Amino acid sequence: MEGQPFLASPLASAIGVWIGAFMTLMIFSFLYKDNPFYKFAEHLFVGISAAYWMTVAFWTTLIPNLIARLWPSQLGGVLPSAVGNQVEWQYLIPLLLGLILLTRLVNRIAWLSRWAMAFVIGFAAGTNFTRYLQSDFVSQIHNTMVPLYEPGRTAGVTIGSIFSNLVIVGGVICAIIYFYFSKEHKGTFGRAARVGIWVLMTAFGASFGYTVMARVSLLTGRMRYLIEWASGQSW
Amino acid sequence: MANGNKTTLLDRFSNLDRRVIFLLIALAVIIPLIVNYTTYIPPSLIVQTLFDKVEDMPPGAKILISFDYGPSTVPENQPMANALVRHALEKGHRVYLMALWPTGARQSQQLIEEIIDVEYPDKVEGEDWIHLGYKAGNQGLINTLMSDVKAMYTTDIAGTAIDEFPMMDGINTLRDFDLILALGSGFPGTKEWVQFAGDPGNIPVGGGTTAVMAPLLFPYYPKQMVGLMGGLQGAAEYEAALIERYPQLSERSRIASTSMGPQVTAHLVIIAFIIVGNITFIFERRRSRKY
Repeated sequence: MEGQPFLASPLASAIGVWIGAFMTLMIFSFLYKDNPFYKFAEHLFVGISAAYWMTVAFWTTLIPNLIARLWPSQLGGVLPSAVGNQVEWQYLIPLLLGLILLTRLVNRIAWLSRWAMAFVIGFAAGTNFTRYLQSDFVSQIHNTMVPLYEPGRTAGVTIGSIFSNLVIVGGVICAIIYFYFSKEHKGTFGRAARVGIWVLMTAFGASFGYTVMARVSLLTGRMRYLIEWASGQSW
Repeated sequence: MANGNKTTLLDRFSNLDRRVIFLLIALAVIIPLIVNYTTYIPPSLIVQTLFDKVEDMPPGAKILISFDYGPSTVPENQPMANALVRHALEKGHRVYLMALWPTGARQSQQLIEEIIDVEYPDKVEGEDWIHLGYKAGNQGLINTLMSDVKAMYTTDIAGTAIDEFPMMDGINTLRDFDLILALGSGFPGTKEWVQFAGDPGNIPVGGGTTAVMAPLLFPYYPKQMVGLMGGLQGAAEYEAALIERYPQLSERSRIASTSMGPQVTAHLVIIAFIIVGNITFIFERRRSRKY
């Protein structure tokens, strides 16, 4: 189409589809045996991914969150919304921390990078700790406190729901008992621990089943892509 | 080899070339796709609850949808996004699209081009839907949005000032949204939305994740999540609920349902191999004891 950029043209789109199809076939060729086509596609993927993430990090993190704060007037052609903003000098601290991270490349002063790493780890631990404690510990205990039987309540109470709640409560208790090693797993305690193993195995089996489903879904997506390419529907 | 040089069926199975398995799995996926074999997956309780939440909200409800995935999990996540956005727009809700993953913004753009622009041309950008784009910060971004949305999103993805959009009136923090739908495939994703927005802000959170992630998130239901689509099956269940309520979507909203045919056949092949593998193992063990 006249005036249309090449990358937005149907021809460019068709070329993209063909490249995608050949790359998929090259990767699948590994299933037969290792070969140069697979190696080429694999290396190309790793290289492009690294470059892509580096570029994304530069334009979505460094430019708007650092450069635009310290030198807003310099970004007229890149980030017009930043022009006119006040300089925020406190952003010199993350700039400094970012720069000293690079000292890992020089053995003599590599120790300096630990300060930046300590800040990163401290921030992550601090923000995550309280949220994990609340959502994955306290709330999960609360979620396990389900009513097995509520006198007077009939709406929504079925044999299935009672059984389900029993399984949740009993399963959690037995699984926790399995991980309690201060008492020998004998007698009733041992039998509960054994039930705990079955609960864990069931959970692992369900998790594995979901993983299989995920992988088949991705394979289906690729096969659909190849079928649409081979039949000319996608280009 | 048993019985001298004679190759038994047991030997064949125990030394089966793995490429035979690959080939059968490939055929199990390709043939159903070619013959368009589909199966009906009825909505499970956890998916139906999510559907009912979107359905029962009054028209005009504000729904934030976060695209926290990339091209590698499109076959699982994109059908979820398509079904949710179709449902929200059919109901007349306002849809706010954003991403915690840089690759997620491209997926939401694809959804706008393929679903909103094509099927809902009457829906107005800025009034019915808006694309806020990606911002860096992971869970830190969610934390900031809890106190000030417009501090982070000063413009939409195209660079238009956020205050120019009527649907942003009254949106100051995440608490101003009626529902957050997080579509994720890893970190940061659905889990972080529960931890950093849903729980502390008492904001209803639902969504969908890849099947690998789903077992880790099911324990959040029903108290910490209003519902969850687990993998392609979850998406197919949501499509089934959607088509049942909106039959006019039956021709369009079927991508997950049509992908469940290959799932069934591939699983049958895998189950067959597990059974054959175990039988072979039992017979081999007996034979080794015998000799």
